[in-house]
Amino acid sequence: MKTLATRKIALTGNYAVAHAVKMAKPHVIAAYPITPQTSIVEKLSEFVERGELKSSFVNVESEFSAMSVVYGAAMAGARAFTATSSHGLLYMYEVVWWTALSRAPVVMAVVTRTIGPPWNIHVEHNDILTLRDTGWLVAMAGDVQEAFDLTLQAFKIAEFAVLPMAVGLDGFILSHSTEPIELTPQEVVDEFLPPRRFDVPVAFRPGVPVTFGNLPSDNRIHARHKAALYNAHQDAKELIRRVDEEYGKLTGRSYGGLVEWYKCEDAKYVVVCTGAWCSDGKAAVDRLRARGMPVGLARLRFLRPFPAEWLRRLDLYDVVIVYDRDITPAGGVLGLEVKSVLSRAKVINIIAGIAGVDFDVSGFYETVQNAIGGKYGEVEFVI
Amino acid sequence: MTFRLDQLPKKKYVLPGNAACAGCGMMIGLRVLGMALGEEVVLIVPASCSSVVQGLAPKSSIAMPVLNVPFASAAAVATGISEAFKALGVRGHAVVWAGDGSTVDIGFAAVSGAAERNSDVIYVMYDNEAYMNTGIQRSGSTPKYAWTSTTPVGKREQKKDVALMLAVQGAPYVATANIAYPQDFYRKLKRAAEIPGFKFIHLYAPCPPGWRFDPAKTVEVARLAVETGVWILWEYDRGAFRLNPPSTIYRDRAKRRPLADYIKIQGRFAHLSDEEVRFIEEEVEAKWQRIAKFLE
Ligand SMILES: Cc1ncc(C[n+]2csc(CCOP(=O)(O)OP(=O)(O)O)c2C)c(N)n1
Ligand code: SF4
Ligand SMILES: [Mg+2]
Repeated sequence: MKTLATRKIALTGNYAVAHAVKMAKPHVIAAYPITPQTSIVEKLSEFVERGELKSSFVNVESEFSAMSVVYGAAMAGARAFTATSSHGLLYMYEVVWWTALSRAPVVMAVVTRTIGPPWNIHVEHNDILTLRDTGWLVAMAGDVQEAFDLTLQAFKIAEFAVLPMAVGLDGFILSHSTEPIELTPQEVVDEFLPPRRFDVPVAFRPGVPVTFGNLPSDNRIHARHKAALYNAHQDAKELIRRVDEEYGKLTGRSYGGLVEWYKCEDAKYVVVCTGAWCSDGKAAVDRLRARGMPVGLARLRFLRPFPAEWLRRLDLYDVVIVYDRDITPAGGVLGLEVKSVLSRAKVINIIAGIAGVDFDVSGFYETVQNAIGGKYGEVEFVI
Repeated sequence: MTFRLDQLPKKKYVLPGNAACAGCGMMIGLRVLGMALGEEVVLIVPASCSSVVQGLAPKSSIAMPVLNVPFASAAAVATGISEAFKALGVRGHAVVWAGDGSTVDIGFAAVSGAAERNSDVIYVMYDNEAYMNTGIQRSGSTPKYAWTSTTPVGKREQKKDVALMLAVQGAPYVATANIAYPQDFYRKLKRAAEIPGFKFIHLYAPCPPGWRFDPAKTVEVARLAVETGVWILWEYDRGAFRLNPPSTIYRDRAKRRPLADYIKIQGRFAHLSDEEVRFIEEEVEAKWQRIAKFLE
């Protein structure tokens, strides 16, 4: 086997995503601007203009149409990509659901951002979390390298699971900060990612009279279709593991399961979080451990499929401190979901960093101690 | 292009046992679409009567590929399909079969966007002049004074002329059609299939329950629309604007039948006073004057 030179290059999170998309060679890309996502589709339009990427690049008049375009393309058997943030994701919401229930394997980058009012372009996770009930697979990158790797993996996972997949990256924190990353050589990507099968999810071709989506003669047809979506999510767990393992063999980079465990073996207290700020969380864990506190961290790499089997393991620890960069009237989303699978461990839900408020290593360092020290109620705001 | 309908292929693309009402004008149009382009198209159908008339899954009464899509999305979904077909080397047309509500109201941004970027799509808007599927509510395409369930004393506003808007926007092919003139509609579909880019056909399609007339009279109502001058058959073909027969003769107001002939057989206009009928007649004339400017 010839050895392939791995290129190391400094890229922002958004450009890393754009490079991964380019290597996946989608047939159709739909683009609509919204901060902090925009530089992904700008970069892709450059690739297409320069002839480095042979995609049909469709500039649409709204995110609703962006999702509609990639939905149509995927139903016609094409590999299709779009990207959005915040209000853009909300604006496309009806088609987001339709895409999942059509089992159209679209890939979308969601660069997370606050929802207004007021207008605010900074990071928050409420936007991507609106995908949780839709049937989309949802991953959150921890760093720029993972944003790149997840985007490539997403095409394979989506097309084999016959489900759309969103790759989340934190607005500005990942999207606009530059990190040196390894770019997988194109030959390796070509080996990893087989050509798109045109008959997934249906063979939609002139002369083949297939009707998709008309009224059911029996509501149980629809009900079974929805149950199948649930089952596809359960099956996707093994698929994600296999795809990651295979990717690891080819590139030397793999991430394991839906949850990354950091120093949890001998821990009594575990921090749970998702996205870029987990790096700050890990640094805080190191500091706390240096002071003799047995703390670990569980980073949720995937929010969907719901990693129930992984999260149940949290019952082994005394205190589980869940950090949500989102808020709903019922509490933080991750906090609620973690609680839903635990019966023994004490769960404290810290709502921090919402609306783009800074929350760094010292934020984790202090609040973990407060939580362990019994200073917090069930849901605690740190603003 | 001359041809006889009875000499067209006999294959049926709209099957018996479909769920349309008796006398549905839209279904006549769909049959003509099948005759013209049946083997070459995939249909994109947004929420509307057309989603229902297909009948119940796992069966379908439409013998063409159909993708049902959200109400406002059809023009953009069709764009995605046609781009995918091009990239994958698939021959055929993405054809939107959409109602007036989805086209002129909720989906108008997507329609206008597809026209502006000149997506390779044939968009047929069958116009039954209201939201029929949800029970006859007014749309932007409902004519002035018409009764609907949300305009109980008649609509106060004008009908949106979406075809003219798209012609002005510069779409390569825009035409009006009418189910009472299937040859004209057939020819326009064939023409649309020859032209790259965005093609729009505005198809007049009476709806007996929605307009309150006898289902046996669908074609009669449709023909009266042309003969009274209410509906004008025209075509805008890459910059050339022309009237199509028989509308060519009705440019002369004296040749038109009295508007009352059209109004009186439809229950939706039953409440109109003679004065209001005269007023509509003036508006019909004003529409002809507008069209005349394009003909110059
Ligand atoms: C987003 C959304 N809003 C409302 C509806 C309900 N709805 C379904 S069909 C329809 C009316 C369709 O009217 P038109 O496009 O004129 O087609 P027609 O039923 O007259 O054939 C409405 C309002 C829907 N399906 N989706
Ligand atoms: S309500 Fe009107 S448009 Fe709808 S199926 Fe019946 S006749 Fe056709
Ligand atoms: Mg209608």
